[in-house]
Amino acid sequence: MDNSVSTQNSLVSVQNLSFSRGNKKIFDDISLEFERGKVTAIMGPSGTGKTTLLKLIGGQLFPEQGTVIVDDNNVHRLRRSELYNLRKRMGMLFQSGALLTDMNVFDNVAFPLREHTHLPESMIRTLVLMKLQAVGLRGARDLMPNELSGGMARRIALARAIALDPMMIMYDEPFTGQDPISKGALVHLIKSLNTILGLTSIIVSHDVQETAAIADYIYVISEGKVVGQGTPKEIEQSESDWVQQFMNGTADGPVHFHYPAKDYVDDLLSTGKRYS
Amino acid sequence: MIELLQNLGKNTRTGFTKLGRGTFFLLQIISGILSVLPRPRLLLNQMYSVGVLSFLIITISGLFVGMVLGLQGYYILSDFGAEETLGVMVAASLVRELGPVVSALLFAGRAGSALTAEIGLMKATEQLSGMEMMAVDPIKRIISPRFLAGLLSMPLLAALFSAVGIIGGQMVGSGLLGVDEGAYWSQMQANIDFQDDIINGVIKSIVFGFVASWIALFEGYDAIPTSEGVSRATTRTVVNSAFSILGLDFILTALMFGDN
Ligand SMILES: Nc1ncnc2c1ncn2[C@@H]1O[C@H](COP(=O)(O)OP(=O)(O)O)[C@@H](O)[C@H]1O
Ligand SMILES: [Mg+2]
Repeated sequence: MDNSVSTQNSLVSVQNLSFSRGNKKIFDDISLEFERGKVTAIMGPSGTGKTTLLKLIGGQLFPEQGTVIVDDNNVHRLRRSELYNLRKRMGMLFQSGALLTDMNVFDNVAFPLREHTHLPESMIRTLVLMKLQAVGLRGARDLMPNELSGGMARRIALARAIALDPMMIMYDEPFTGQDPISKGALVHLIKSLNTILGLTSIIVSHDVQETAAIADYIYVISEGKVVGQGTPKEIEQSESDWVQQFMNGTADGPVHFHYPAKDYVDDLLSTGKRYS
Repeated sequence: MIELLQNLGKNTRTGFTKLGRGTFFLLQIISGILSVLPRPRLLLNQMYSVGVLSFLIITISGLFVGMVLGLQGYYILSDFGAEETLGVMVAASLVRELGPVVSALLFAGRAGSALTAEIGLMKATEQLSGMEMMAVDPIKRIISPRFLAGLLSMPLLAALFSAVGIIGGQMVGSGLLGVDEGAYWSQMQANIDFQDDIINGVIKSIVFGFVASWIALFEGYDAIPTSEGVSRATTRTVVNSAFSILGLDFILTALMFGDN
């Protein structure tokens, strides 16, 4: 892939990024490009730092090294007010939905509008109903977050994320824990929002099929490194054992089923430590 | 021994970093207060949940404390034939000490623990993170209004506590034990000083409200975002608030009433 061309087309560009939690290196000199108007997926097993990556892109965490460029802004060099202005144009869908539990669906979707605009209430109502209609939940406007199913909560959160008409949306594991119907609805929704609203989407996920169905480009990461990248087709045909294990979900391979331990027989025969 | 010293050093260090974070947090809260002022609704909502919902516990406790003061005061004062001054004794104890202190302790238990749990759970469920990503500063939107509400509610709750307590003392004193009702009120009026007693009591309750709200909000904001972390933070709020309120009460009392 020609790097210089893709950088020009990139809305988000992660360059030589390193980040640790305590002694654990989560990203080790990682570089990723996210093209405008495309759906780019980041895949990898749980705990590899996918959520962390989104928080780094959103400027909630600071890298030890490297830069994150979003729409020509160096995220970690911005002043606070500039960062907040940039965030108004970056939607993020948290894994849990992160709806505000003390207000109903309507007020949740209206929240960013009320905080950031001085629109009259009648206009806000129109906008909120439009966003809710887009995710198919206009009828749920009076429910409280605790009355929603997981899939509904995520769609409401999506309506809220598009309330300010952002240029991009970051999805944190949108499919995890969803029933097949909700998954299908979300796949359809993410794809159609991307085309209709002209968004740039970043999806973080470990659901291989759903993600491969909508992604234009996929990065597979493991242990702080990119271990594979390409279009879904290229990834499918990847020679890498690691990528094959991940995509096919085999239990043992380059990633071992067992957490590192001493020899099984030795372990069984030894007396072990007693905890009193 | 060395291990003990090491542990002591480590605990001191974490204690200090926490104090540092707490102070920084307080500065953020205070700078966020300006953005609450143009949005009185945010403040009123919080005044309701922090203040109004504490009404019942404050009223009932105030009543009982006042009634006990009436009983105890009567037994002591009647030994000296001074039961006419029961009103002074009840009112002075309440306005100077018990009103601010007990209502602050109740406030920490009722409103403070609820604040910690609320903020901690908002953190654990990524609501605070989510707000930040929507370019809304959670300090300004969530924390500062609650802080201001706590600060303003505390003196009102303390006043309520004292007022109800004085009535409770009167009910027991003149209703049950036969102290002259006129003497109860007139002695009180003549001997309770506005500056020395009432203003100082109000200052105390403002200080306690400040500290209790700060501790409650900080513990929530600083909680480890798991159910266990939130539950421990809630406990710390109640314990730390109680220590701070009682310790500060001693210092403030020494400063205010030291020279008479
Ligand atoms: N607040 C935190 N403090 C310390 N470690 C964390 C924190 N959040 C996440 N981690 C660790 O960072 C690693 C990556 O986490 P995360 O980005 O949530 O992974 P993923 O989203 O890919 O499942 C995990 O090992 C996790 O234990
Ligand atoms: Mg995650």
